[in-house]
Amino acid sequence: MHRRRIAALLGLALVAPLAACASGPEGPPTLTWYINPDNGGQVEIAARCTEEADGAYRITTSLLPRDAASQREQLARRLAAHDSSIDIMSLDPPFIPELAEPGFLAAVPGDIADDVGSGDVVQGAIDSSTWRDELVAVPFWANTQLLWYRKSVVEAAGLDMSAPVTWDQVIDVAQEQDLLLGVQGAKAESLTVWINALVASAGGQIITNPEAPADEVELGLESDAGREAARIIGTIGSEGLGGPGLPTADENASMALFQSDRGSFMVNWPFVWSATNAAADEGAVPADLPDDIGWAIYPRVVEDQDAAPPVGGINLGVGAFSEHVDLAYDAVQCIVSPENQSAYFATNGNPPSSIEAYDDAEVQEAYPMADVIRDSLDQGAPRPQTPYYNEVSSGLQETWHPPSSVNPDTTPARSTELITDVLRGERLL
Amino acid sequence: MTATSSTRSARRRAPARSARARDEARLGWLLAGPAFVVMLAVTAYPILQAVYESLFNNRLTAPDDRAFVGLKNYGVVLTDPVFWRSLWVTTFIMLVTVLIELVLGFALALVMHRALTRLRGLLRTAILVPYGIITVVSAFAWFYAFDITSGYVNTWFDWVPGVGPDLNWFASQGTSLFVIIASEVWKTTPFISLLLLAGLAQVPGDLEEAARVDGATPWQVFARVIVPNMKAAIMVAVLFRALDAFRIFDNVFIMTNGANGTEVLSLLAYRQSISRLEIGLGSTISVLLFLCVILICFVAIRLFRVDLASARGEK
Repeated sequence: MHRRRIAALLGLALVAPLAACASGPEGPPTLTWYINPDNGGQVEIAARCTEEADGAYRITTSLLPRDAASQREQLARRLAAHDSSIDIMSLDPPFIPELAEPGFLAAVPGDIADDVGSGDVVQGAIDSSTWRDELVAVPFWANTQLLWYRKSVVEAAGLDMSAPVTWDQVIDVAQEQDLLLGVQGAKAESLTVWINALVASAGGQIITNPEAPADEVELGLESDAGREAARIIGTIGSEGLGGPGLPTADENASMALFQSDRGSFMVNWPFVWSATNAAADEGAVPADLPDDIGWAIYPRVVEDQDAAPPVGGINLGVGAFSEHVDLAYDAVQCIVSPENQSAYFATNGNPPSSIEAYDDAEVQEAYPMADVIRDSLDQGAPRPQTPYYNEVSSGLQETWHPPSSVNPDTTPARSTELITDVLRGERLL
Repeated sequence: MTATSSTRSARRRAPARSARARDEARLGWLLAGPAFVVMLAVTAYPILQAVYESLFNNRLTAPDDRAFVGLKNYGVVLTDPVFWRSLWVTTFIMLVTVLIELVLGFALALVMHRALTRLRGLLRTAILVPYGIITVVSAFAWFYAFDITSGYVNTWFDWVPGVGPDLNWFASQGTSLFVIIASEVWKTTPFISLLLLAGLAQVPGDLEEAARVDGATPWQVFARVIVPNMKAAIMVAVLFRALDAFRIFDNVFIMTNGANGTEVLSLLAYRQSISRLEIGLGSTISVLLFLCVILICFVAIRLFRVDLASARGEK
């Protein structure tokens, strides 16, 4: 009898959790938002929007890997497996067409698309959320690179930073004063960002027909623009202007170089401002260093042609296999509200895609360069919007690295050949 | 089914087997059977799946374009210079690391073998520490030590010719491979030394003593008595480490991510399957990697001419 009771209790203990699972979770539907790592801003926004939803839904966050390429890998694999747990995704812009093309992203409702196009969103963010003339994601925050400079250096060189400057001027100043340039030469996505900005700024395009199928994609690197881009990167690499760390320099390494005694100019994202101020407060860099730092629009390649600064940021996509697409879009609307965007900029250093958010007093105080960032975003050139972006980017990194090996006479042709062969399925990468 | 047929064949080979021996054999199969099935499920199934997938053009983000292409992927991979470069780099890393580890491992094993009984435990623990560290963690430690921005190696070793504050270890092939190989050797020499220590313990002491009485020098004792008597242990150590080194991934992934001609085969397979989401091409490289591993096993066993069954005393 005693033994039978124990068996019954054991049976109950085994079955009870299953029964709990079967009944499903209590309360409002839970939306999972896959976020890229930040300083906690997205978690805060999720909590705020959950509160505002007043019981209609709950947002939980799930953290994606650190770099954009790994984020794409994880999301693409899950979406290819029709993962219904993906409700909202923080997406890096260049990878959006790859997810939109096979139908992995739920269609953006008309009213939300109208809101985005109503004039309050910077153009760069709209372009990077669009695929085949349709909005497929909702702009959340936009990012752009600025030209950061040491005021003391440009003063000594007599350079007028209120007027646009060219890469050649920047190179000359560094050479004359035996200083170093902060650029990203590592074999990583940041190298593609640099190449794209140079090619676009010289009036060219990396891909001339981005919507074409893989075997028909045509590259525009074998052009004056491609050769100019190669000349600039090759000069900086071969003349040692990026320092010995150039072949492995990412955004943080170039910031460290710029903060050092031999720093002169740097192209980098706005996070460097808050990071340098924090380092000055901690005593890791001289306390007066932030006072010596100035900012301007990204350098030009051709003197009489506008620069095309890199554009980045995060757009929000809704998973096509989510069980709560409508609620997810409600949540997206809450997440991207101008108030949330300005709070996110002020606390996490990520610039808004909403034009209105730049007028926020808190933003203006924390980021004195906020207006330059807004102008830069309007002028910016997104990376090629194509479902094969990963191949294009990896092919560029393969052929333009290390920067000292880049030669305007050979590199653009090598790149074109490799990327074209890879897209036709005839070569490995 | 397997148990029955094996019992039957065992009966043919050994008709005089007692009932007890048969029962023991049956029990053995019953005990090992589940593990055998699990092994089939976790090794044979993925290998067969990879072989199947390698016959398709399959990109995860273009599900509608999946198509059977036969052996085309093998043609693409085997005619691509990137594949051959990766194969040579992988083979180079394998040969150099195994060679260095064998020499160092032998030295450490001899030290542990001859050490005083009181020190033996401490020595073994100290030597094993690197092996206990997760590879990806040790890869990061080595990367940060040699990195031009955060590393201390350039400052500590600036007295060595060629080393100075401007040396970027991860900017060229030679120096990158040096760090990758050094970290690999540091981490896995303890493993090889433990295997060799087990082999050393099996060398009969009277043989060594007899050689010494016959006037053999220490080197002659080592080369003519110790080494031949632990051939099986050496082969196991070399084979295990060679296979391990051939499948190297973590160190390269963390330190260079394949830059400067340091891409190895596993990283190439990863790049096609995971980064490019080209399951067909990635599977093809994985299958070729698997064939290389089988080839290494075959070569090692032939090279050492060791019959493991005889080493166990079964023949």
